[in-house]
Amino acid sequence: MKFSLNVSSLVAALVVAGLVLLPVYSNLSGNIFILTLFTRIVILALAAVSLNLLMGYGGMMSFGHAAYLGIGGYAVGILAQEGIGSGWAQFAVAIAVSALYALVIGALSLRTRGVYFIMITLAFAQMAYYVASGLARYGGDDGLTVYKRSDFGGLIYLGNRVQFYYLCLFCLLAVVALVWRIVNSRFGLVLQGLRSNEQRMQAIGFPSKRYKLACFAIAGMLCGLSGALLANNTDFVSPAVMYWTRSGDLMVMVILGGMGTLMGPVVGSVVFLVLEEVLSQLTEYWALIMGPLLLLIVLFGRGGIMGMLGRLNRG
Amino acid sequence: MLLVVEQFLNGLQFGLLLFLLAAGLTLVFGIMDLVNLAHGSLYMMGAYFAATFVAWTGSFVLGGVLALGATLLLGIVLEFTALRHLYGRDHLDHVLATFGLILFFNEAVRLIWGPAGLALPLPSWLAFPVTILPGIQYPAYRLAIIVVALLVALLLYLGVMRTRIGMLIRAGASNREMIGALGINIKLLYTLVFGLGAALAGLAGLMQAPILTVQIGMGENILILAFVVIVIGGIGSIRGAFIAAIMIGLIDTMGRAFLPNLLRQVLNSASASTAAPALSSMLIYLLMAIVLVARPEGLFPANRR
Repeated sequence: MKFSLNVSSLVAALVVAGLVLLPVYSNLSGNIFILTLFTRIVILALAAVSLNLLMGYGGMMSFGHAAYLGIGGYAVGILAQEGIGSGWAQFAVAIAVSALYALVIGALSLRTRGVYFIMITLAFAQMAYYVASGLARYGGDDGLTVYKRSDFGGLIYLGNRVQFYYLCLFCLLAVVALVWRIVNSRFGLVLQGLRSNEQRMQAIGFPSKRYKLACFAIAGMLCGLSGALLANNTDFVSPAVMYWTRSGDLMVMVILGGMGTLMGPVVGSVVFLVLEEVLSQLTEYWALIMGPLLLLIVLFGRGGIMGMLGRLNRG
Repeated sequence: MLLVVEQFLNGLQFGLLLFLLAAGLTLVFGIMDLVNLAHGSLYMMGAYFAATFVAWTGSFVLGGVLALGATLLLGIVLEFTALRHLYGRDHLDHVLATFGLILFFNEAVRLIWGPAGLALPLPSWLAFPVTILPGIQYPAYRLAIIVVALLVALLLYLGVMRTRIGMLIRAGASNREMIGALGINIKLLYTLVFGLGAALAGLAGLMQAPILTVQIGMGENILILAFVVIVIGGIGSIRGAFIAAIMIGLIDTMGRAFLPNLLRQVLNSASASTAAPALSSMLIYLLMAIVLVARPEGLFPANRR
C-alpha cells in the first residue's frame, strides 16, 4: 500500500482545525479582536468558495461577485428595518433574491465570453451598486445600520460572538462540503468538461448554457448567504460592499489560494486577510508591500498557494 | 438651450478624455492581450506629476510636457520590470497582478505626496470664458482640452493608419503570432505601445487635473469607464474606442444633467430626486449590457477572422 502524505491536504486540514479551535484560543488568551477578525475572514472565505465554484470549476470569470454580498446584506438590513426580524425569513430572502439576480444577469452575461464576460458581470455589479446608492429610504450612499441581528429563535443567538463565529464556520464548512459534492457529481463533471472544451461538450449533446447558468445561480446563492452573514457581522450594510474593488478582493483570495482546488479559496482568504491585518499593523503603508507581493505570487507561484504546495509534494 | 450646448460640450470633453485613456488600454489589450487594471494608476500618476512639475517650473506647458515624459518613462519601466512577464498568461493573472500594482501605486502616492489631494491651478492664460455662440459662453480651458484631445486623436489616427509602425500595430492587433513569425521585433513594439498608452493616460490625467482635485484613487473610477468604452467599442479597435468614448461621455454627462428634470415629469419630485442620480450613474452600464447582449464582441471587433 502506498502511503503518501499530501502536503496540500495537510495544510487544508490544519487550517480547518485552526479555525475550529480559534474561539478556544481567543477565550484562553482573552484576545477578542482575533475572533472578530476571523469571523470576517470566515464569512469572506465563504464568498470566495462560491466564487471558486464559478471560476475554478465552471470557468466563468465573474468580476461582479461582490454584488451578492450586497444583495444578501440588504435583504437582512431592509427586512430588519421593516420589522421582520426572523433570521429564517431574512436568510431565505437573501438567498432567493441572489438566485433571481444571478439567473437574470447570468442569462444575459453568458451570451458573451472571455474578457467580455468579465466586463459585463462587472457592469451588472456596478448597476447594483448604484441601485443601492439610490435607495434613499434605506440610507442611500451612507448605508443602512442593522440595529438588530437576525433572530433564529432559541436555536442560536447571533449577538454572542462565539455562537456567531461557529454559525459562520458551520456555513463555510457546509458550503465547502456542498461544493465538493457538486464538483464530483455528474453536474460538476459536465461543468468541468465545459471549462476544458465547450465545443466538444456541445457536440456530445450537453446544453452548455443551461449547465453554466445553473452553476452561476448556485454560486450567487452561496455568496448571498455570505452577504447575509456579513451584514450581521458588521451590523451595517452599505453600497461600498458591492464596489468593484471588493469583487477584485474576492478574486485575489481565490487565485491566491489556488483556483479550482476545494480548500484553496479558504486558505487564500485566511492568508490574504491576515496578511492585510499584519502588514497594516506593521506599517501604515501596508499596500506598498501587499501590491508587489501579489505581483510576485502571480509571476512565480502559478496555481496559488495550493499549487505551490502541490509542487512541493511532487518535488 | 444654453444648458444643452454647455452640457453637450462638457460631454464631448469628457468623452475625449475617456478616449485618451481607452486608446492606450485598447491597444495594450488588443495587441499584447494584457488586461491592465493599472492603466488608471498611470492616469493618476500623470496628474500628480503635472501638479508637481507645474509647481516647480511655474509654467503649465513646461510642467505638462515634463509630466508627459515622466509618465511615458514610468510606463516603459513598468512594462520592462513587471508586465512584460505577464504576456501570454491567463487574463486572471493579469487582473491579479495589475490589481496589486494599483495597491502599490495608491500607497506610493500616499507615501510621497501625502493622503490629502493636490490642486493644480488653471493656467491663467486659459482662465477666461469664450463666447462660442451669441450669448453662450464656455470656459477656454475646457475648449482647449477638446482641441488638444481632438488633435491627439487625429495624430493617433494618422499614426496608426498611415505609418509603418501603425501598420505593425494594426497587424499585431489582428494577429499577434503572424507578425512575430514575419520577423518583427515584437518585444520592442510591445514596449513602444505600452509607453504610448501610458503617455496618453498621463495626458488625460494632467489635462483633467485642473478641473478635478488630484487625489488617490482618482484613476479607479475612470478606469472602469475606460473599460466600458473599449468593451462597447470592441477590444483592439481605436475607431470603436473613439465612437464609444464620445457616446459614453455624452450619455453620462447629459444623463446627469437632464435625467432629474425628465423624471420629475413622470414621478413626484421627491422620488425623482432620489432616483435620478442612481439612474444616471447606471445609464452607461445599462448601455454596455445592452450592447453586449446584442453584439457580444462589441460594436467594432478588431480581430474578425
